[in-house]
Amino acid sequence: MDTFVQQLINGLTIGSIYALIALGYTLVYGILKLINFAHGDVYMVGAYMGFLIAVYVFGSQASIFNFVVVLLGAMAIAAIIGMAIERFAYRPVRKFSRMTTLITAMGMSLFLEYLFTFIFSGVPKTFPLLIQNDNYNLFGEVTISTTQILIFMIAIILMLGLEWIIHKTKIGKAMRATSHNLNSAKLMGINTDFVIAFTFALGSALAAAGGVLVAQYQPKIFPLMGLMAGLKAFVAAVLGGIGNVMGAVLGGLLIGMAETFVVGYGHYVGIPSTYRDAVAFAILILVLLIRPAGLLGSNVQEKV
Amino acid sequence: MRNFVLAITVIFSLLFVSNCVQKGGNGGNDSGDTVKVGVYLDLSGATSSYGKSTKNGIELAVDEINKNGGVNGKQIKLIVEDDQGRPEQAKTVISKLINQDKVHVVLGEVASTNSLAAAPVAQEAKIPMITPSSTNPKVTEIGDHIFRVCFIDPFQGGVMAKFAANELKAKTAAIFGDVQADYSKGLEKFFTEEFTKLGGKVVSTQAYTQNDTDFKSQLTSIRQANPDVIYVPGYYGEVGIIVKQARELGMKQPILGGDGWDAPELWNLAGNALENTYISNHYSIENPTPEIKKFVDAYKAKYNEDPDALAALAYDAANIMADSLKRAGTTESQKLRDAIASTKDFKGVTGSITINDKRNAVKPAVILSLDPESKSFKFKTTIAPEGSESSEEKPKDEKADAKAANANSSESADEKKDEDK
Repeated sequence: MDTFVQQLINGLTIGSIYALIALGYTLVYGILKLINFAHGDVYMVGAYMGFLIAVYVFGSQASIFNFVVVLLGAMAIAAIIGMAIERFAYRPVRKFSRMTTLITAMGMSLFLEYLFTFIFSGVPKTFPLLIQNDNYNLFGEVTISTTQILIFMIAIILMLGLEWIIHKTKIGKAMRATSHNLNSAKLMGINTDFVIAFTFALGSALAAAGGVLVAQYQPKIFPLMGLMAGLKAFVAAVLGGIGNVMGAVLGGLLIGMAETFVVGYGHYVGIPSTYRDAVAFAILILVLLIRPAGLLGSNVQEKV
Repeated sequence: MRNFVLAITVIFSLLFVSNCVQKGGNGGNDSGDTVKVGVYLDLSGATSSYGKSTKNGIELAVDEINKNGGVNGKQIKLIVEDDQGRPEQAKTVISKLINQDKVHVVLGEVASTNSLAAAPVAQEAKIPMITPSSTNPKVTEIGDHIFRVCFIDPFQGGVMAKFAANELKAKTAAIFGDVQADYSKGLEKFFTEEFTKLGGKVVSTQAYTQNDTDFKSQLTSIRQANPDVIYVPGYYGEVGIIVKQARELGMKQPILGGDGWDAPELWNLAGNALENTYISNHYSIENPTPEIKKFVDAYKAKYNEDPDALAALAYDAANIMADSLKRAGTTESQKLRDAIASTKDFKGVTGSITINDKRNAVKPAVILSLDPESKSFKFKTTIAPEGSESSEEKPKDEKADAKAANANSSESADEKKDEDK
């Protein structure tokens, strides 16, 4: 029982991170029908930006204030980078076929990975711990650490914030309209270029938050860290129904837990723990075969 | 759906193309009065800490050799290539070194997986290759031109199993290894064999892959099995986080590892979590023999940091290469190969080195305990190759120990030639 609850907590922690990244995929797909393959790398960029602020502004000193500034700073810089990627890489090719944009996205992904390898080298950097990490014993052997609590709380706050932006603000309404039909939205006087840029900013900021949080959970950051995390988050977005915001959150949590339980209990049914990464992609194949629209996706539901 | 398949195809072709792109050659054909030595290492990938130490060690040795007049009246010229820690890239750069730069001998890699990928190229071209620190047995089995100057995994894995069973009195162990690394798989296998032979039981075996970052689910399973010790034969990048997350889960057992832990970054990654951990390694900087002292002083003067074991092995590899070139009197590959193969009792930094008929070095290992306070490895004991009288030596006080251990180590290496397979 203790082990089960512990695995649940482990799964939810990593699932929350996938959910934050998956939101960016789903937002951009909802509006542009583009799978932004560079998104996983924006998550990496966010972690590195947080690292730079933490080390060069705060000298690796731990405090709540420093953590909040690092988190918000990384989100802000990533938002700007996200908008720049959209402005300089995707917008010029948007009028061509969707395949062109998709290939541009892959190019962007490789560009970011190797740019950061060039600047920071491939040697993993150690992200300074900004919040005193304590372990709390819940019951029995079940422990939860400060960073895990932090990841849950911040992930929930950011997701609620996103819901609020989409449903309660004017720009959110514009996003929903653009997602519904880009050309009609344009005819209604919505500045769709701005809406698209804003969507990229939003998605990139969430990914950067994921990057900083994951770096508090396990302090190793490296230029290719976005590769696997990005792919898993992409699977999460597809599982939940790509284009659907709640679906991305649900998908992220499910993928995180599926992985954890494969590792924890797979050996009872003959699945070795090394199948951890395979499970996400097995889910992807199953979803595409059985329910291509994803768990929460459907044609009538509004998309953002 | 069709788009998706197309997309995947595109991803793979892009990856393929990016792997095939080579760096511009910096070699060219120069005159015959230099000995060209190719070096291929991970200088920008995930294990680049190893690559940098190794490069430093080789460069230090070559500088010294060239200052003393080179070998056979020729200066040694190093041509260094970066393989980014990827096996397929290792294969590409070693081909470049051999076919374009026409090197006479190759030094590298550290990670066994990369050496395994590159060695067949050297073997086919009949160019001798010396790996300073790949410990997987399969590396030198590739052919008669592949050598190493370090001990091999059966020995290293067995050493740790002996230490766990005899010194730590462990009855049960859990193993948590890197499923993609030949190095890790080798250590796992031989640790299990030896530990079982000594009456222990492996109660849980878990695995991860390189660049994984969350290990808590595997660790939770291990915690359930409640072993006396945990053996983590991985590389420092993942190991640092594994140790940290294990302690976060309240696991206080001793955690054991191999020479893959030896990198300065480990202290930053895991910090105080490294309390109560032990590794097997090639040499201890605390051993005050003249060879070690001379090397450590020269290394510190040049690079302003303590040399790790990989730097020491690289230094030995380069010196054995130079020594063999002198004995061969030529760069002709067959003669050079024979000279390397007949290396005997070479007094290196990492002990007395004899190359056996399997082209492996026979030498003892040291067990070090990690001290997070001073961020240094403390010498615990020396374990000599199997069959020798004093196969385990536990000294009482640190300084006397080190001397005793070293004396013991050179003797036992002499005694034992090829027990070690």
